Amino acid sequence: MAKKGEYVRIHRVVLKADERTAKLPLDTKKCDLEMWTKGFLLEDAEIGDMAEIETVVGRKEFGKLIDDAPNYTHSYGNSIPEIIEIDNILRKEMGGIE
Amino acid sequence: MALEKDYDSVMGRSNMIQKKALGMDYDKYELGSISFDFEKLMADVGYSVEDCAKIEAETAVGNTPLIELRNITKLAGKYAEPGKGARIFIKDEMCNASGSFKARRAAIAVHEAKKLGYKGVMAATSGNFGAAVASQAAMQGLKCIIVQECYDSKGIGQPEIIEKARACEALGAEVIQLTVGPELFYKFLEVLEETGYFNASLYSPYGIAGVETLGWEIANQTKARTGKFPAAVVCTQAGGGMITGTARGIKKAGATKTKIIGASIDLFGLHMASDEDFNKKSCTTGHTGFGIPHASNPDISDTPRSAARALRYMDRYVTVTQGEVMFTTEMLANLEGLERGPAGNTCLAAAFSLAQEFPKDEIIVVAETEYTGAGKHIQPQLSFARDNGIEIRFGDPSEDIPGTNLILPSSPKLIKCKDADITHMRESLIKRALKKNAHPTKEDISFLAAETNTDEGFVKETIKKLLNSC
Repeated sequence: MAKKGEYVRIHRVVLKADERTAKLPLDTKKCDLEMWTKGFLLEDAEIGDMAEIETVVGRKEFGKLIDDAPNYTHSYGNSIPEIIEIDNILRKEMGGIE
Repeated sequence: MALEKDYDSVMGRSNMIQKKALGMDYDKYELGSISFDFEKLMADVGYSVEDCAKIEAETAVGNTPLIELRNITKLAGKYAEPGKGARIFIKDEMCNASGSFKARRAAIAVHEAKKLGYKGVMAATSGNFGAAVASQAAMQGLKCIIVQECYDSKGIGQPEIIEKARACEALGAEVIQLTVGPELFYKFLEVLEETGYFNASLYSPYGIAGVETLGWEIANQTKARTGKFPAAVVCTQAGGGMITGTARGIKKAGATKTKIIGASIDLFGLHMASDEDFNKKSCTTGHTGFGIPHASNPDISDTPRSAARALRYMDRYVTVTQGEVMFTTEMLANLEGLERGPAGNTCLAAAFSLAQEFPKDEIIVVAETEYTGAGKHIQPQLSFARDNGIEIRFGDPSEDIPGTNLILPSSPKLIKCKDADITHMRESLIKRALKKNAHPTKEDISFLAAETNTDEGFVKETIKKLLNSC
């Protein structure tokens, strides 16, 4: 249960696939236009419930409550050995340059 | 009565919403069916380049260092013919408050929004402009909403764009994230109408006037340091704002002979509105997917007329590959001690190749760097590419196929920018104009000559050719 006032993330379909009339490639035409945003819950809600939030600018938005503790998970990714190899190439190429 | 919020209703009110959100009426610049008064649009900003510099300085924007890349110059010189290998300098735009040159555009736009009494600002951007607007809004006491195209239909986001969302939220903005598709504009307009905020568009004249200080500083700093103006300035070409503003600033500083070279990452073959292609990109900005359409059709923007008109100013347009940009980013860190974001190094990769064409005593300036961090760095971007099935290997960048492989040059000497067909882009622009009116007036011909950075003879010849082929 997420409590009123907690900072959460919501998700909503803005346009269903069959409502999309813009000029789109076929693969995109098959997809809904989806939206995510964050804000403060206006009423207690469970994950999966439709909920209303007030965003940091004071705007009201609604959608399915999907995260009651939103965080960032992007990182520096996995090891890419080629990067070390670029460094080796550069060291070698710079060798002998005054 | 509450306004209808469905797609057709909101899009139908587009002109009205934009007029209110830009604080200006674009109709008065229209001169007929094809031409409009671009110079008047820019002049009505009402700020000189010195005024813009003053406004920017109040919020820690501008006056960034110009750094000579001595080791990279030496390395480029190694592959150049005798007597060639121009000195390469870089404008360290990361030093702006929000970490990129976009702070210059945001500073003037947000200043204007505040002056006009708006309570908040909005921008539709998946790039560095989001943090730039959010940073300026925080400093100038306005609210801020950024709308991003961020995820594919599986909910997988580009690490570079997610990092930019994080930065915007850290700076106090609300970030609305969407899946792939041009209907982002619908959501943008809906929220713009609901909030009554100012549209801090990348393409408004304020957004371009703010970049003039970049060209102005490049010309003046280079002259002060070396005694002469640069032979060429390399600018990343995406929406066209960097080239337009920088070129105008360079000219205003009196450097009329400096060549303006646009550079984009080649993403040929990847469809920009394709859900499947979205995460096959390893660089999300500064690429041909924005660069070419915005050059040949500048008015595909979120304003009735775009003030970013790259073809007016570009002397040459080159492309580089994603692999060349990644390699050059590591080069900047390793050889010069400057760790910067990859997208900003698009023009550096081009400059490394271009310097080998220019005489040793000439100067080439790379117009920008950008900040780097988690998600927005060659390691996460290469890691994301590998996770999405992109083959990463060393080889000759000419083997690069966007969305299939990413070729890291096996030697720096293989970094070679390619000339894009600027003549074709000029012809496309004229062709599009003829669709509006097949009988252009004398005024239209002169407008199209300015639009394409050519002369009336070229425009008339192209029109003849196009009409004959119909």
